[in-house]
Amino acid sequence: MSPFASWQVARRAVAAQWLLVAVFGVLVSAFFKAQVVEHERYRTESAQTHLRQIPLAAPRGAILDRNGLVIADNFPGYSIELLANTEDSLRAALVRLDALVPDDTIDVETVVRRWKEARYQPALVYSSGRDDVVARLEEHRAELSGLVIQRIPRRHYPDSNAVAHLVGYVGEVSPTDLENNTFPGAQPGEIVGKQGLEVEYDSLLRGHRGVRFVEVTPGGQPVREQVEAGSIPPVGGNTIRTTIDLDLQRFVDSMWRTDLTGKRGAMVAMTPDGQVLAYYSMPSYNPNDFIGRIDPTVWNGLQQDPNRPLYNRVIQAAYPPGSPFKLAMAALALRRGFTMESKMRDPCTGGYRFGNRIYHCWYPKGHGYLTLRQAIAASCDVYFYQLGQLLGADSILAGAYDLGFGQRSDIDIGGEAKPFLRKAVKDYVTSHGATLWGNGETLNLSIGQGAHTETLINMVSFYAALASDGIKRAPRILASRPVKVVRDLHIPPKDLQDLRLAMVDVVNGGTASADLAGIAGLKEFHIAGKTGSAQVTGQKDMGWFIAFAPAEAPTIVIGIAVEEGIHGALVAKYPVRAIIHYFTGRTVKADVTNVTEDLTRTVGADSSTPAPPPTVPHPAPKTMSHPKPPGR
Amino acid sequence: MSRGIDKRLLFIVALLAIFGLLMIYSAGQTDILVTNHRAWFRQEKWLWVVQLVWLVIAIVGATLAYRTSFRILEWATPWLYGVSLLMLVATLVIGTGKGSAAGSKSWISLGGIGIQPVEIAKLATILMLARWFAARREPPTTLRGLVQPIALAGMPALLVLKQPDLGSAIVFVGILFAILFWADVPVSLLVLLASPIVSLLLAWSTALWSIWMVVLFGLLLWWRPFVMEAIFVYVTNSAMGVLAFVVWKHMKPYQQNRILSFLNPEANRTGSGYQAVESHVAIGSGGWFGTGFTLGPQKRSGFIPFHSTDFVFAVVGEELGFAGVAAALCLFLILLLQLVRIARQASDPFASLVVFGITAVIFTHIFENVGMTISLMPITGIPLPFFSYGGSFLVAMFLGLGLAFRASEEGRAASYLES
Repeated sequence: MSPFASWQVARRAVAAQWLLVAVFGVLVSAFFKAQVVEHERYRTESAQTHLRQIPLAAPRGAILDRNGLVIADNFPGYSIELLANTEDSLRAALVRLDALVPDDTIDVETVVRRWKEARYQPALVYSSGRDDVVARLEEHRAELSGLVIQRIPRRHYPDSNAVAHLVGYVGEVSPTDLENNTFPGAQPGEIVGKQGLEVEYDSLLRGHRGVRFVEVTPGGQPVREQVEAGSIPPVGGNTIRTTIDLDLQRFVDSMWRTDLTGKRGAMVAMTPDGQVLAYYSMPSYNPNDFIGRIDPTVWNGLQQDPNRPLYNRVIQAAYPPGSPFKLAMAALALRRGFTMESKMRDPCTGGYRFGNRIYHCWYPKGHGYLTLRQAIAASCDVYFYQLGQLLGADSILAGAYDLGFGQRSDIDIGGEAKPFLRKAVKDYVTSHGATLWGNGETLNLSIGQGAHTETLINMVSFYAALASDGIKRAPRILASRPVKVVRDLHIPPKDLQDLRLAMVDVVNGGTASADLAGIAGLKEFHIAGKTGSAQVTGQKDMGWFIAFAPAEAPTIVIGIAVEEGIHGALVAKYPVRAIIHYFTGRTVKADVTNVTEDLTRTVGADSSTPAPPPTVPHPAPKTMSHPKPPGR
Repeated sequence: MSRGIDKRLLFIVALLAIFGLLMIYSAGQTDILVTNHRAWFRQEKWLWVVQLVWLVIAIVGATLAYRTSFRILEWATPWLYGVSLLMLVATLVIGTGKGSAAGSKSWISLGGIGIQPVEIAKLATILMLARWFAARREPPTTLRGLVQPIALAGMPALLVLKQPDLGSAIVFVGILFAILFWADVPVSLLVLLASPIVSLLLAWSTALWSIWMVVLFGLLLWWRPFVMEAIFVYVTNSAMGVLAFVVWKHMKPYQQNRILSFLNPEANRTGSGYQAVESHVAIGSGGWFGTGFTLGPQKRSGFIPFHSTDFVFAVVGEELGFAGVAAALCLFLILLLQLVRIARQASDPFASLVVFGITAVIFTHIFENVGMTISLMPITGIPLPFFSYGGSFLVAMFLGLGLAFRASEEGRAASYLES
């Protein structure tokens, strides 16, 4: 029988057809398994292989002054990043990139580190791509697989050097910070605050990164924006309003740069309740240099500069408090029953014998007999030597501590140094050994010298308490920061009033009067202050002046500390000019010639002019007098 | 039953041709920056136009085949077979690699156009085997009787294996078994014939191979072939089980890798397993309805390897999802069932065997290619009918389809059977 008889063929055809159906059934079920049953798994895997997350930087919140002027904001810049699958391909791409951007050198190891932190994200190469660089890279995009160029918000400080120590700067979060979770929520590569307000209020300013997805080739080349995967837009940080008066800050800056050129020091202004109005430290730096990547030569320059421009002298520099501490001594004296009219046993003869040593007054001719009030105005050292002996070292130390000395002011900028002061003599002996403490230390302590240093901010904070209700409040820069009472100084209102009037005398006929004489408006605004000069080992004396105005109901307290400023009287005019500017809103131009004359005259004057003890009208005079000052 | 062209077959072929052309168009729509060929028609995005030209040529070829009498064909068969063998030999001498088969010699250039002689050889082998069996009243009943057809299929298969092109060699095996089956060679003989291959595949596991040898012993006792043949089968199986190791040693590393990748693609995903995994992932990510025509992200970004040729079905899976895959497979199944129907209705054994052989070629290609994209089969570079870009196979297949149209018409004219 033929194998091709129809019924035989039909039998085989049916078998073949069933076989086909069965095989296709197997194929279809294999696809069903992959595409329907295990779809989720493969979809995820597909996304992993061809999608790359590209973080979108969130714009940092702006930092505004009290009137809404901009201290820090953002402007658009470009970041240049590379996606890579392997370290080798990343390094190869960096070499090609470097060849195209001849001016800049790439920090290869840093880029590789960034890549290792997040392999499926683009590694940052530059965060400060200039327009011409971006244009050139776009031309050569085909050679640079994995190149990602993004517009990113870049930090900008319009007032640059003038606000450097106040705002600080920002930079890429460091591996150490990530490890310690210093900045909660910060991702590798994210920009965080490094100094000043930027780091203090980083959590408010930073915002939340967004993310977008791009599809990449197996070689890591981004090819297409992936919209369906759902990008998350970045959430910008909060704008913060500060208590800073940018106009005053700028005034202080321009004043310092023209009249105190090359001088190191700091200046801070605040309201009596602690709202910081100006915050200034010199020498300064340009915080904009830190954005993106700081040029190594600039960085080394800042590091090696003997004047230490990165040093924040408002809160970090430890200065002997000098004569401004005499107000604290006076407050302690009043607390112990002295009055403003109290006199000491011995008159000032230009020096004071203690043991076998003579302790000099700054005024060698001597002030004679002085009341406490006059002693403050004349800043008579001999008076305070005796007062110190009467109070006793332990009493001074405990009292000073009680008045807030030796402790941080608690300003809302990080890195504040703790002033050096112990609560009792025995604490010095414990920590430093018996040799530090001689009996003469009591005398040194009484005039703000010796084993006691303070920061400018803490001194000004003390004077702010004197200028208000005797309550020391933490200086604050963030406008919304609640008022925080550091301590009640327990000075009765009557005493506060007396101390302020004594400070008015300093300006009107006291130590500061001669140098302030040329400044218009001094009387008008009723300025009170205290000068000081303090000895610093290895340097010329530093100058202090802390002032407030109007004396009866102060609205501004301002202090300056100038290293190697010789004497407080020589620096007194700067806070005064700042106060006048603050009240009038105009720049008070000092008569530069006059100032120079003043300086010459002052230096020569001490020996030639007899020094009657100053008699200061009380209350503050309404008329401007121009007496030759006996001393300052 | 009306006369004239087989409209059911024409309809299904037209649908598949359009579907395939659309997928080649889609495969060209990518986002990857590739080095631009100077000639526009070499660029991926224009491949569909080239394929359209090939399709026109293929339709012309199919028409010519449709107009050719099976008697003339039967007469010309030995000549065609001989010429195709010579071309395969020539390929080994002057052939070049290309595309996904860059490492092998499978192309020869005729006036600037590269063609793959193996596709013609498949057709010629079908014709030769069909001629051999059609000339016999009874099918062979012994292994010894099968030596000649095995040799007819084995010669081109060995030449192709030498290129090397494992995928096409497997197609020749498929052709041989299909023709033997259709020529009513007893199933027991087919099993015995296939048994050494089973041994070879099971050699990886001594336990499985041992079980197989016991089963084989039982089968031999049951079917009772000639003693010498039984011994031959058993010895061959034993040798395959042992030889597998030696064969393995002689394989080229890429062949070894392909087999290893096939056995476990995930373990070797960066190397040769990469293609299998990426294809599987692309298909799996398609879901029910896929990512949309031309929109597959894996394809657009260049993750699907050879997405215009070998792995074009992964593009179907990714972009059209399970729905698209099921539709394509249904069309294929209907085509194959139609072809089996035509083979059944054919008016003479030669035509019937030829059509069934063509069915086997198309089926083997589909199963190997589609199975490869979903990791059911090892990675071999053979094209998917209608979908893969490439002229040689398309033209050869349409020649075969032309013959099927003719067989259908002749079969209905003879009206041995109603359908």
